[in-house]
Amino acid sequence: MEVFAQQLINGLTLGSIYGLIAIGYTMVFGIIGMINFAHGDVFMLSAFIALITFLILTTWLGISSIALALLIVLVVAMVLTALWGWSIERIAYRPLRGSFRLAPLISAIGVSIFLSNFVQVVQGARNKPTPPMMREVIVLWTGENGYAVALSYRQIVIMAVTAVLLAGFWYLVQRTPLGRAQRACEQDRKMAALLGIDVDRTISLTFVLGAGLAAVAGTMYLLYYGVVSFADGFVPGVKAFTAAVLGGIGSLPGAVLGGLIIGLVETFWSAYFSIEYKDVAAFSILAIVLIFMPSGILGRPEVEKV
Amino acid sequence: MATPAPAPAIAAAPAAARPPLDVAGIVRDAALFALVTFGLCVPIIAFRTDLSETSALGLKPRWGLVAILCGLVFLGRLAQRAVVANRDARRALTPAPRQATEAVDATPNAGQRVSGLALPLFLGVAATFPLLAVLGTGGLGESRYWVDLGILILTYVMLGWGLNIVVGLAGLLDLGYVAFYAVGAYSYALLSTTLGWSFWVCLPLAGLFAGLWGMILGFPVLRLRGDYLAIVTLAFGEIIRLVLINWQDFSGGGAGISSIPRATFFGIPFTADEDGFAARLGLPFSPMHRVIFLYYLILALALVTNLVTLRLRRLPIGRAWEALREDEIACRSLGINTTNTKLTAFALGAMFGGFAGSFFAVRQGFVSPESFNFLESAIILAIVVLGGMGSQIGVAIAAVAMVGGPEMLRNLGFLSAVFGEGFDPNEYRLLLFGLAMVLMMIWRPRGLISERSPSLVLKERKRISGSFVKEGHG
Repeated sequence: MEVFAQQLINGLTLGSIYGLIAIGYTMVFGIIGMINFAHGDVFMLSAFIALITFLILTTWLGISSIALALLIVLVVAMVLTALWGWSIERIAYRPLRGSFRLAPLISAIGVSIFLSNFVQVVQGARNKPTPPMMREVIVLWTGENGYAVALSYRQIVIMAVTAVLLAGFWYLVQRTPLGRAQRACEQDRKMAALLGIDVDRTISLTFVLGAGLAAVAGTMYLLYYGVVSFADGFVPGVKAFTAAVLGGIGSLPGAVLGGLIIGLVETFWSAYFSIEYKDVAAFSILAIVLIFMPSGILGRPEVEKV
Repeated sequence: MATPAPAPAIAAAPAAARPPLDVAGIVRDAALFALVTFGLCVPIIAFRTDLSETSALGLKPRWGLVAILCGLVFLGRLAQRAVVANRDARRALTPAPRQATEAVDATPNAGQRVSGLALPLFLGVAATFPLLAVLGTGGLGESRYWVDLGILILTYVMLGWGLNIVVGLAGLLDLGYVAFYAVGAYSYALLSTTLGWSFWVCLPLAGLFAGLWGMILGFPVLRLRGDYLAIVTLAFGEIIRLVLINWQDFSGGGAGISSIPRATFFGIPFTADEDGFAARLGLPFSPMHRVIFLYYLILALALVTNLVTLRLRRLPIGRAWEALREDEIACRSLGINTTNTKLTAFALGAMFGGFAGSFFAVRQGFVSPESFNFLESAIILAIVVLGGMGSQIGVAIAAVAMVGGPEMLRNLGFLSAVFGEGFDPNEYRLLLFGLAMVLMMIWRPRGLISERSPSLVLKERKRISGSFVKEGHG
């Protein structure tokens, strides 16, 4: 029971990170129907930006309050990663719009390879650890066998930040003109263009928003694991994509739900079965969902037009 | 960045009806580019994180590098805008005959035309490559590097041709092709180390196993279409790799399998002792005999792949593949069994991947799961797409460019004189590779060879442009 509760907490923390990345996949797929293969590497890049910003703040500028430093790091990482997202769309995807179907996917794979090796070249191949922070835990209760269920400050911060940002994001997409244009382009790009929506700008915005949320995920990932390396983009990226597919690709609540499910499955699998095969479990879910339930939990089934 | 600022020169050039060049606008635009570059460089390039002795991360500022990069982007954009403005001004003066219509690239241009001469030339070079390498470097031992490079390129040519059946002919996007390469490699590695079977027995078996795996994995996924199929095949590829890493008892785990028996000349080993290859032929012993033998082995395997593909294209099954790529619904309504057709393409492609895999194992003498990661799949797919999907000679050219090109970076030692000590051009291999994939998609999405020869003709054989060839839905 106590182990279960502990894994539930861990799983939800991990799941919120996956959910944040998954939104980037699902929005881009919804609006231009392409799998943004480089999104996982954008996430990794954002973790590096967060790491360096954090080091600058704490060691050079001498900010001792971790909470204040984290807040600044979060904002800086979001802004700079959003700039990366915008540039990638502008350079690698926009010229290919209207090109043949495989071109954007190949280009995205190229961007993914470029980004991970770019970070390797400029930052080195070794793992980069952060100084320990927010190690304190709140013991919720202690079981009869002495197993304490603990909630660490890090986990509280991760879940709270995710919840707040998702609420803000939800407001942006549902209640603002920007979000309305975005949803309109998702439904019918040509019609939206005829009604005076700047489609190119809206697509850029989608990439900016997706990268911004990936930066939140990257900062939270750094906070949670305390270490990042240039190769850390691929597997979380595929898992987040699995989350997006599981929730129903194109659906925003679905992405978050899928992220939480993937996070829970991964932690429970590691706790009860074998930690070595946790990635196999995630990839198997991806394959099984795509084969048997391609429209996901909350997605609309795709109608094949003849 | 050859020509930094030709803008003023153009503005000053006397032209009657030429509109004035917007120098301020161009400079502002270039400055914006430099500003964005600055934003991208901060802080990821501006600070390098290094582990110090106290195992805490230290920061090393590199503002000079950022300034150089921003400057290069500024000058590059300036030059590009100036060239484009110049071209546009010239075009405005001499209206093109087809100005109002869109550019229709129905006929391949001269540069893309592969003449009848190119094919024999290519084959001739491939067949005599070891000889050329020996003559070029001046000795059997010295040519080792070049022959090894030739083997590497030919392995990718073969993998590209194998994947071309799946992607180029049947139009099924496979991102997990390396899984079948791995199945072939591990088949040979396990059969030869545990049962002691020879390469020539294991080679067909490896192809068979890989083909079988192609069927097993292909059957459930082939109803998926497009990007979904790509992702599922990627997932399967990763699952196979992760299982190979974690299943210690079966595959030796991450350490892999070593001391795999080396290739023999149809039973005669390449050793220095009396019944070795060299002694029997009365030649002085050289380890290069084995390498040259391997070269011709992979050349033969690749050519077999090519021949089988070319023959299959003329059979009903091959025509069904191409029809499937062009229009799946029409195929179904004409009574083609789409599942079986896709499955044969998948299994055949996998089989050739398996052959290549067992060759890889016998060449290396060592296999580990790290040789079969997603990057390999991406490289093979990039070769097929850059070659122009469905074009056999294009795939070969792309393999030479994509595998041989980055390899050339190793030889650019003189660059360290320009960029300072410790500069290793090899580090930039994959970075440039990724960049090349993006640029190729922008510049020539249809691949290097954008013409196709139809597999069936009515009266005369004509070449058609790749723009008329669809890329399939699956």
